[in-house]
Amino acid sequence: MEKVIIHYATAGTLESSDAFVTVEPHDDNGLEIAIDSVVQNQFGEQIYKAVQEVLDEQGIVSARVSVVDRGALDCVIRARVETAVLRGKGDME
Amino acid sequence: MRRSMLFLPGNTPNIIVNGEILGADSVILDLEDAVAPAEKDSARILVRNALKYMGFGKCEVIVRINSIDTPEWKKDLDTIIPQKPGMIMPPKVSCADDVKQIDAYITELEEKLGLENNSVGLIPLIETALGIENAFQIASASKRVRAIFLGGEDLTADLRCKRTKEGNEIHYARCRMVCAARAANVDVYDTPFTDVNDDEGLYTDAQYAKSLGFTGKAAISPRHVKGINEVFSPTKQDIDYAYEVMETIRFAKEQGKGAVALRGKMIDAPIVMRAEQTIAMAEALGMGRSV
Amino acid sequence: MMGKKLVKSIREAIILSGLKDGMSVSFHHHLRNGDYTLNMVMDEIADMGIKNLTLNASSLFDTHASLEKHIRSGVIRKINTNYMSAGLGHRISEGLMEEPVDFRTHGGRPRDISLGITPIDVAFIAAPAADCAGNCSGKYGPSACGSLGYAFPDAMYAQKVIVITDCLMPYPLKGWSIPEIYVDYVVTVDAIGNPQGIVSGTTRITRDPVGLLMAETAVKVIQHSGLLKDGFSFQTGAGGASLAAARFLMDLMLKDNIKGSFASGGITGYLVDMLEKGCFESLMDVQCFDLKAVESIRKNPAHQEISAMQYASPAAKSAVVDQLDVVILGATEVDTEFNVNVHTDSNGRIMGGSGGHSDTAAGAKLSMIIAPLFRARLPIVTDRVSCISTPGRDIDVLVTQRGVAVNPKNEELILRLKDAGLPVMDIRELKQIAENITGIPNKHVHSGRPVANVIYRDGTQIDTIYSMI
Repeated sequence: MEKVIIHYATAGTLESSDAFVTVEPHDDNGLEIAIDSVVQNQFGEQIYKAVQEVLDEQGIVSARVSVVDRGALDCVIRARVETAVLRGKGDME
Repeated sequence: MRRSMLFLPGNTPNIIVNGEILGADSVILDLEDAVAPAEKDSARILVRNALKYMGFGKCEVIVRINSIDTPEWKKDLDTIIPQKPGMIMPPKVSCADDVKQIDAYITELEEKLGLENNSVGLIPLIETALGIENAFQIASASKRVRAIFLGGEDLTADLRCKRTKEGNEIHYARCRMVCAARAANVDVYDTPFTDVNDDEGLYTDAQYAKSLGFTGKAAISPRHVKGINEVFSPTKQDIDYAYEVMETIRFAKEQGKGAVALRGKMIDAPIVMRAEQTIAMAEALGMGRSV
Repeated sequence: MMGKKLVKSIREAIILSGLKDGMSVSFHHHLRNGDYTLNMVMDEIADMGIKNLTLNASSLFDTHASLEKHIRSGVIRKINTNYMSAGLGHRISEGLMEEPVDFRTHGGRPRDISLGITPIDVAFIAAPAADCAGNCSGKYGPSACGSLGYAFPDAMYAQKVIVITDCLMPYPLKGWSIPEIYVDYVVTVDAIGNPQGIVSGTTRITRDPVGLLMAETAVKVIQHSGLLKDGFSFQTGAGGASLAAARFLMDLMLKDNIKGSFASGGITGYLVDMLEKGCFESLMDVQCFDLKAVESIRKNPAHQEISAMQYASPAAKSAVVDQLDVVILGATEVDTEFNVNVHTDSNGRIMGGSGGHSDTAAGAKLSMIIAPLFRARLPIVTDRVSCISTPGRDIDVLVTQRGVAVNPKNEELILRLKDAGLPVMDIRELKQIAENITGIPNKHVHSGRPVANVIYRDGTQIDTIYSMI
């Protein structure tokens, strides 16, 4: 079932090896992902892919997602995105 | 073989990622006290992903869930059990029914997920006066119970006494726990030593626990792991003696003799059993016999 | 005639020194991030309208990031240094200077000064204590920093030498280390530095369990290397794991009653403890890192100041680094050929420098790198470091929290460590373990122009650092 982010939510921290994820409703219905990572050059694409996959798994079709990454492993980024999404999601109207 | 169990806070990625190399035989990924109430969901998902994606090498992973008087424990198990953790540690277990309730829910999940029945073990954390008095019933409440674990901090609060370094206030609880565990034929673990900077105190405390019959001890700091492992490992002399016992027995059998003595001491069944345990542990630790 | 050296201001000293456009000025870095002198002098020079200078500084810290304005305005045209922290380093990597920075080592700098390859016209020596004739010392005064080791080549070879002090003592200064014979002018100022930034109160051992684990393994490597016996000599840095290793080594030496010969380099309280407990006969000190070291060099005759030449110069007739048994060093990257990078971060931006890294690695019988297998998500072991600071041929062993890699050239060490039951593995295996955890990082590709040359201690260039675009 298609889901959207209906309210602002965050997950994670800004500590080393963690990521801080923010999700917000997207006015124009769509996905917008912003990633700011200390390992952008080395892992930027992998991080983007991980975020995208979690959103897909959760069936999210509309959200603004921001990830501030402090060198978190993929499985940590996935966990933080999933948590933020579960905190902020609801059924599409 | 499990001598040391090291607590790691369940919502702290940089600690979990290096958990397996800190020397502990087991790590306890904690969803209970180390996690703030507002972060229970976050920690649960992080721990699930750690189990799913990170290898912990030879290190056993135990997950401490929230207690059954909270709404969290079922969600914890819903999230964690699909990752097939070796061991679940439920806290504040006070009676056999607590164990049975958890057992039943895990069984339900195992069936739903098509997992092998009884594949997930339990180490109930006993940390109330009632729990101590019910220790044997708890230890024998389910086939899942592999060990019981004494929690001294909450217990002393319940007993309305002060927790001290010497630990006289938990002496009775320790003895009762060991007796209950041995009667139920499961392992038994001692409460952590809480002064992170007192290496000598840790050593003394662990020695004492070992002398009472504990299998091992939990730690809240990686600094304590080495001391605990050392105390709960067999010594060179223990190992040499164990091999001697086994050889003497073999020799006696070859000679067709029933009762034998080694160094003036009769070798009876309990001595043989202990020698077998010592050798098994020495082999697991890669400790050989001195030449 | 005594007294005529004492001048009223930095400006007067600069005028008297005859400093002109295109000349070379030098500074030493014992005041570290607390240094006021370099900025004070460069501001004065800029104000006088002198341009196109070569700045030769033994190290540059974040407090010197304001040099950017003097580079932009053309006061400074060229920089020679041994270390540059990220503050200025990142600017250089962005292409701030037209001419590349020349990075040397703590031994290469005095070598090239003494050989006339990098001549100095005017040297400025920040002296925590001095007399009116220029005898000076780092051991006394409100800005005491201990050793003045790196300032010796500047004093001995510069055309003109200006001593700047905030503690003028009656002639003759007792316990001087740089003598008046080299000094042209003496200037007093209110403060040469901020004591809080000069030396730390106490450098604490790390509480990080990974650091402690690596330190423990490092000491086991030393223990089983065959080098730990009476007469043992040792050097280590001031990083958390290195300090922990020094402490564990002390425990071992005391337990086994091993009487070492000396410890050298930058000195911390941990090495002072080892001296005082009899683990070493003496300390050979080119720089003090904390108050305990400063107090020790002041009071204990076995704690000796050495010059940069005696410390590490390949042009000296002999040097301390060549007597070393074991050195413990750090790394931002190590490659599968054991080359080490301490100049740039994983994005290729300047944030450090060799300091004594390559000098001690070349001299010591056992050169050990301690580094976590990955920092946050960045693996330490790569196929090729972004910058070669120290060549792999000089590195014997890499200690990480998940295993120890020995340079295959050191077959004896491999056998010894394996016999001792240490987790010895191929360095490629370590790289694999890290990448299994972190994922495989994209390769760093530079696309800019050269911004720095890395000059090995023998004067040859071993690598080039490029700008980041």
